[in-house]
Amino acid sequence: MKNLMKSSAAAVALTVAANAAAAEGKLVLYHWFEYMPQEVLDKFTAETGIEVTMDTYDSNESMLATLKAGGMGTYDVAVPGDYMVSIMAGEGLLDTIADGELANKGNIAPEWADPSFDPGRSSSIPYQWGSTSFAVNRDAYNGDIQTTDILFNPPAELSGKINMLDSQGEVMAMASLHMGIPQCSTDREQLKALNAMLQDAKQHWASFNSDTAKEVLVSGDAAVGQIYDGFAAKAREEGANVEYAYPTQGYVAWMDNVVLLKDAPNRENALKFMDFLLEPENIAAVTNYAQYNAGVTGVSEHLDPSLAAQPEKNPHANAGEGVFIEVCDQETQAVYDQIWTNLKK
Amino acid sequence: MAAGAASGGSARADTYKDARGWLLLPSWAVLGIFVLGPVCMMLIYSFLTKEFRGGVIWEPSLAAYDQFFFDRGLFGDEPPKIEWTYISIFWRSIWQAGAATLLSLLIGFPTAYFIATRPENVRPVWVFLITIPYWVNLLIRTVSMKFLLRDQGPLNDFLIGTGLIDSPIHIVNTNFAVQLGLFYSYLPFMVLPVYAAVERYNFSLSEAAADLYASKWTTLRRIVLPAVKPGVVAGCILVFVPSMGSFLAPDLLGGAKNFMIGSLIEEQFKGNAGNWPFGAAASMILLTMVLIILMFSARQQAKADKAGG
Repeated sequence: MKNLMKSSAAAVALTVAANAAAAEGKLVLYHWFEYMPQEVLDKFTAETGIEVTMDTYDSNESMLATLKAGGMGTYDVAVPGDYMVSIMAGEGLLDTIADGELANKGNIAPEWADPSFDPGRSSSIPYQWGSTSFAVNRDAYNGDIQTTDILFNPPAELSGKINMLDSQGEVMAMASLHMGIPQCSTDREQLKALNAMLQDAKQHWASFNSDTAKEVLVSGDAAVGQIYDGFAAKAREEGANVEYAYPTQGYVAWMDNVVLLKDAPNRENALKFMDFLLEPENIAAVTNYAQYNAGVTGVSEHLDPSLAAQPEKNPHANAGEGVFIEVCDQETQAVYDQIWTNLKK
Repeated sequence: MAAGAASGGSARADTYKDARGWLLLPSWAVLGIFVLGPVCMMLIYSFLTKEFRGGVIWEPSLAAYDQFFFDRGLFGDEPPKIEWTYISIFWRSIWQAGAATLLSLLIGFPTAYFIATRPENVRPVWVFLITIPYWVNLLIRTVSMKFLLRDQGPLNDFLIGTGLIDSPIHIVNTNFAVQLGLFYSYLPFMVLPVYAAVERYNFSLSEAAADLYASKWTTLRRIVLPAVKPGVVAGCILVFVPSMGSFLAPDLLGGAKNFMIGSLIEEQFKGNAGNWPFGAAASMILLTMVLIILMFSARQQAKADKAGG
């Protein structure tokens, strides 16, 4: 899957290069797979003459690893999730955007203008936000799905038909919500219980896969899948009779952000690109494609009207709270890493 | 065999000695830069201190090897016990790779034998047919395999359609699916060396054995197999070694529920753990194991040659 994405990214890069009549320089984008519509990149190139090259990744962690293993100085912008923005800032991988460098900074929606993971938006702008929970195939199960039991203590009809995301952060956060414990617990009893709970839950899981989280639901290989809201909506549109759950225990909320990388080879173009993505019309095109939510004011008139009505976007009255993934300190993280290894050994 | 080649070529070898050494430079450079360099880097990294969230601190440390061999509990403060986690991951990989190798041998040997016993002019056609599927990328082939094997896939549809089974057989996300995937990925690595060995085999030896009232089975076991053994050993190594480090088939066909060596190492560099020294140490241990297997088989081979010669 990863290689597939890479080669399609290369193909995208070639097309873009061919279309740029008057090249005003380059922009090298490091982005998630299946997250950037080609027409938005084409439009950017048409407006600015800047050639865009895009490489893709499939997890925040693999993006961080690539950047730390010599990727810095290659890319201008990346699109990390909320907690990864804090980590990257802590690692010194982000450049600061000075006041006035972004003409459209005022377009950022007020509730996203000063997030905890990047106070004052000094290095990032919103890309998309949404939630991670799970979707259930209604042909396979008719009961109540608004509970994390579906993943961790499922009814017999769903046992052995569950796909989990192959992502430690998402699985651990959901497990913590299920048990009602903090995400970075230092309480030994809680951690032991978490370890035991996951060991026990694993017998009900068919697979761990992030790349194909949507495909396994559409093909019917899995009856339950831990998944992002937009992916669940796409699975439904592709014909799977799936319902996205907002468990009463809570769900994972996230926001992906376009960050300016330190040592960006085309810093000016990166800023132009960020300004471009802060135009309501442009970021709305991304939202229409990815089916999440933009963090920019004034997008609603450009959005596909059916999006707002999607069940995946509208938590029910009894839904728990959406929580961001937390960043643990080194010592605590070591225990969670050990629990993850125990789970997959 | 080796001795014969050396004596035949020695005069020429002397003439071109200087030139030959010089001509080897590019291959040495490639090996040095792309094989020896990275291996040395891994060796060094495995003895360094881990940096939180990926990377290394340049302070010598045995922590990576300690983590591999000793279990200090969930919180890392219990007295050390033997750590079975990683040993069992290695054992699983060896077992899966072994099963895939056996499967390849069972299917590959008769195939190679069949091809080698066709008329000389059609053999290349058969070899060509064997290699055609391998023009397609490994990833695509593995995904296609999943499509074929899934519960609602053509294989189960066919079996249900013929009335052989009532409900689909679960193959995807099992160990068997991983073995099938590995077997399919590396089958030509078995067929081609075995084919090369069987093609060189002098079939009048089989006729002679038959004349001496050896049964077909005895002929195969005592005449054919010893003669083609180098090809079989080469085939087994060529299938076993890449199977051990594979993570595509375990991830896609096995559901990534259990680490294999390859996915364990990948997780250290690309996953949440970000423990580069540990990933490097696991790679070094894998490398050492493969080297031991290769050396062992080379010694067995040498012994057999000696005994035979």
